[in-house]
Amino acid sequence: MEYLLASAIGALTAAGIYLTLRLRTFPVILGISMLTYAVNLFLFASGRIAINLPPVLLNNTPTYTDPLPQALVLTAIVISFGMTAVVVLIALGAYLSSNDDHVNLSDGPVDAQEPSK
Amino acid sequence: MSLIIIAALPFLGALLPGLMIRAGRDACAWTTASVTLTALVGLLVHAPAVMRGEVIQYQLEWMPLLGLNANFFLDGLGLLFAGLILGIGLLIIIYARFYLARQDPMGQFYTYLLLFQGAMVGIVLSDNILLLLIFWELTSLSSFLLIGYWKHLPEGRQGARMALAVTGMGGLALIGGMLILGNIVGSYDLTVILENKELVQASPHYLPALILILLGCFTKSAQFPFHFWLPHAMAAPTPVSAYLHSATMVKAGLFLMARLWPVLAGTPEWFYIVATTGLITMVLGAVIALFKDDLKALLAFSTVSHLGLITMLLGFGTPFAAVVAVFHIINHATFKAALFMSAGIVDHETHTRDIKRLGGLRHLMPVTFIIVTVAALSMAGIPLFNGFLSKEMMLDAATNTVWNGNPWILPALATLGALFSVAYSFRLIVHTFLGPKRTDYPAKPHDPGFGMWASPALLAVLVVLIGIMPALMVGPLVAVASGAVIGGDLPYYSLKIWHGVNLPLYLSITAVVGGLILLALHRPLDAAWTKARRPEAKVIFDAIVGAITRGAHGLTDGLHNGAMTRYTAVFIVSVTALGAAAWFGGTAPGPTRAAIDIGVVPLIGWFLLVGATACMVAFHHNRLLALVLMGIVGLIVSIAFVYMSAPDLALTQISVEVVTVILLLLALNFLPKTTPTESSKARQWRDGTIAVIGGLAVGGLALAVLLSDFSQDSISAFHLANSKPGGGGTNVVNVILVDFRGFDTFGEIIVLGIAALVIFAMTESVLTSPVGARLRQRPINPDQAGDRHPLMMVIATRVMMPIALMVGVFIFLRGHNEPGGGFIAGLVVAIALLMQHMASGFDWASARQRFPYHTIIALGIFAAALTGIGSWLAGRPFLTSNYGYFQIPPMNKFELATAMAFDVGVFLCVVGAVMLALESLSRFAHRAGERPSPYPMDIDPSRDSAQMAKDA
Repeated sequence: MEYLLASAIGALTAAGIYLTLRLRTFPVILGISMLTYAVNLFLFASGRIAINLPPVLLNNTPTYTDPLPQALVLTAIVISFGMTAVVVLIALGAYLSSNDDHVNLSDGPVDAQEPSK
Repeated sequence: MSLIIIAALPFLGALLPGLMIRAGRDACAWTTASVTLTALVGLLVHAPAVMRGEVIQYQLEWMPLLGLNANFFLDGLGLLFAGLILGIGLLIIIYARFYLARQDPMGQFYTYLLLFQGAMVGIVLSDNILLLLIFWELTSLSSFLLIGYWKHLPEGRQGARMALAVTGMGGLALIGGMLILGNIVGSYDLTVILENKELVQASPHYLPALILILLGCFTKSAQFPFHFWLPHAMAAPTPVSAYLHSATMVKAGLFLMARLWPVLAGTPEWFYIVATTGLITMVLGAVIALFKDDLKALLAFSTVSHLGLITMLLGFGTPFAAVVAVFHIINHATFKAALFMSAGIVDHETHTRDIKRLGGLRHLMPVTFIIVTVAALSMAGIPLFNGFLSKEMMLDAATNTVWNGNPWILPALATLGALFSVAYSFRLIVHTFLGPKRTDYPAKPHDPGFGMWASPALLAVLVVLIGIMPALMVGPLVAVASGAVIGGDLPYYSLKIWHGVNLPLYLSITAVVGGLILLALHRPLDAAWTKARRPEAKVIFDAIVGAITRGAHGLTDGLHNGAMTRYTAVFIVSVTALGAAAWFGGTAPGPTRAAIDIGVVPLIGWFLLVGATACMVAFHHNRLLALVLMGIVGLIVSIAFVYMSAPDLALTQISVEVVTVILLLLALNFLPKTTPTESSKARQWRDGTIAVIGGLAVGGLALAVLLSDFSQDSISAFHLANSKPGGGGTNVVNVILVDFRGFDTFGEIIVLGIAALVIFAMTESVLTSPVGARLRQRPINPDQAGDRHPLMMVIATRVMMPIALMVGVFIFLRGHNEPGGGFIAGLVVAIALLMQHMASGFDWASARQRFPYHTIIALGIFAAALTGIGSWLAGRPFLTSNYGYFQIPPMNKFELATAMAFDVGVFLCVVGAVMLALESLSRFAHRAGERPSPYPMDIDPSRDSAQMAKDA
């Protein structure tokens, strides 16, 4: 299991890095989302893998899954939605305003560009 | 009145002018004046005690570990300066009421003025040098606002920038110097520092500390070679110049030199640096002043010159010279403030300050003429006026001081300075007011109203009174203030007009006669001066600033060239490299846990996940497909959470997944549907290599973590043990969120709310720009489905709505004890609402939306905050939770925890934030002219048949 989880995290990270290095906004957003999965899983993995352990307190159960990373990851998932939404809107606004979805500035300062291109 | 209140009053009062300006300009001015007057009265209450030699103290521990305490003390020197700052400040406030034009924003002016006044009072009352530094920087900042008050004037803006650059730079040096000084003594309290003269002067760090502190003082007090900012600051309105350059800003440097005189003065270093700088400044300023045609520029350079004089006196390091310095500070403040205000009156009435365009004003403006004459004669050092007394004493001090073995160089140069001082003072009177009446004034000059000349007139009266009866008027004040400077017994001196025929008197007479001769020769001298080539400080300053700016631009543009991908690549590579260095540099323990066996189901999940990830990289050019693949990844991750005993995470992940995919689909509606292949093969290989290395690194690290045990005991055990007894819930994850780490969660929902509001704001700004108009007029794509709101889907979602809401409520209520809680419930409810948006259309859904989502976010944050504050009422820290068991027959006993109220806040905030974000995005799709349908259904067979029947 450990090998599966670790390799999955690695694969998600690699895909995330590759996509964030692309030149258009949409793949970069996808890449950030992939990195989010990877980071959340990594954070979750810091509690070590627990299979078939109760997540809520029960009577007469000595071992539980680690709740702390779960709580941290839970808010991270929600916050990452907020972050994705903001990034998407920045990308959308930029594309609609300039008709261009490149993440890199083209050569020369921004204000030197013709607005009506 | 407590000292801290005196120091705080102007700051608090600074809030008033902006409000009172609505009640009119008079109300605004009087409010401001009453603030200053209150502070002044509060100060004067202490005056009798201070005059008896007591020191008033006020101490407040602020950050004792840093040595930063809000300690204030009031001794003679502090009383003198605080009195000048508040007293002249009061006169300036009254004068400014009549000086400012109708279109000048008066509220702003008085606010800036009070801020500045507070900072100055703070400097002179501070007992803690760190506190003093804070006020020092505040004077730089607030004087920037004052000097640049006329924002429409480029000179005003440049002057303000220059003043800020020079004094701010000096302030930085001062911070360094003060820290060294505090370090030497081992205390940041002035009263302690002042008693440790031997310790400080014996320290090897004395010279660096001295130089840094003097840099601060010299820049502030416009000493050569930093004198150039002061004349450029004259672009400010005249009340500002009168205030800053007579009694306050530039005197701050002198104050600090006087304050630290007992510790720093008396060494050869102090003498040669301070006295020489002061001497040069005095002579240079006086010479330049003679050739300035602008009234205010003349006064500015004369101020530079007089500041140099006082600096030189402090530099002598003898008690007698220190007494003279204190005396001259008083005299200079009175006559110079009067002169500045009078120059403002001349400017105000004639619309020019150019001496060459003036003359003959004696008959037209008799009151102003008298005031200027009195003040200028004092500045020239003519008997019967106060300037004469301190100048005589200065010459006396100079004749008794030997500079580098040379007994005559100091008196000679001091006399030269005095000579030029006589010349420019008389020029001010003669060329402005005497001579024939002219016919070409830019405006018809006449004396202003009483309000405007009252302040300078009062000062002129003081000039005469001090000049005639010095011992009676200011004798005790000079004694107590000089006592504070010297920190010991006062030397012999006498404040009186006639000291008999002595060397200073001869020097004085020489200066007056020489000055008058110079004035007679002014025309040819002026021509020669204009022709001569001189270094222009502003040009040099601009060149230096320009070079620094270009350098900074070059560096920034070189590093920051707008290529986001490059930054990202650099970031990833360096993080990986640093991580690798840390990994291989340290000693990681080997695997200590045995790997769990791999089952069939996880293996299938792994293949799905990795397969989807690989496909995503391969097919990301098709954006819709990539989105679907991302959905698969998210789904598998959710299942993985279930499998690994984290049902809360699974629920959260899957609901966030739904919302995210909808969000991206909405965005994709407006973005290109495909990504063109633009990167070269080489680039793809490069990125691929970075990605693979990064992935291997993260995966390897994860494996290393997974296979080893905790190096220390985890704090999770605490949470498990206390969840039920302390938090009253068995779902430990939820209890952690709403109780143990409730403050984190509180911050997180605020962040989420802010993110949603940011999205809303950005949508607004895009839609109200031309882009919005273009969007609304875009052609409708004929390929779209003809039925925008399919009947089946509309019905299904509406039937499901109450069920979905019930699920949300259920998940919320069980959250404290079973998997669930506010986050998940919020997401579920958001999805339920979202379904209505998707099926029935944005217009239909939003027409039925009673509460704006902003309100829901706000309510959520309020609910969470109030729950937290509620625990204060019980005398517990913020967000301490409590719970109890209740029974309402016929229901079973149930538990209520305050944490649930907090969770309601989380719930509301999540609903509001998710919905606001998605609603904002869907507003892009909103077309012009679309109205919500008046019917609950787009297609309604009964309505259609009724319509058909009517048609038939």
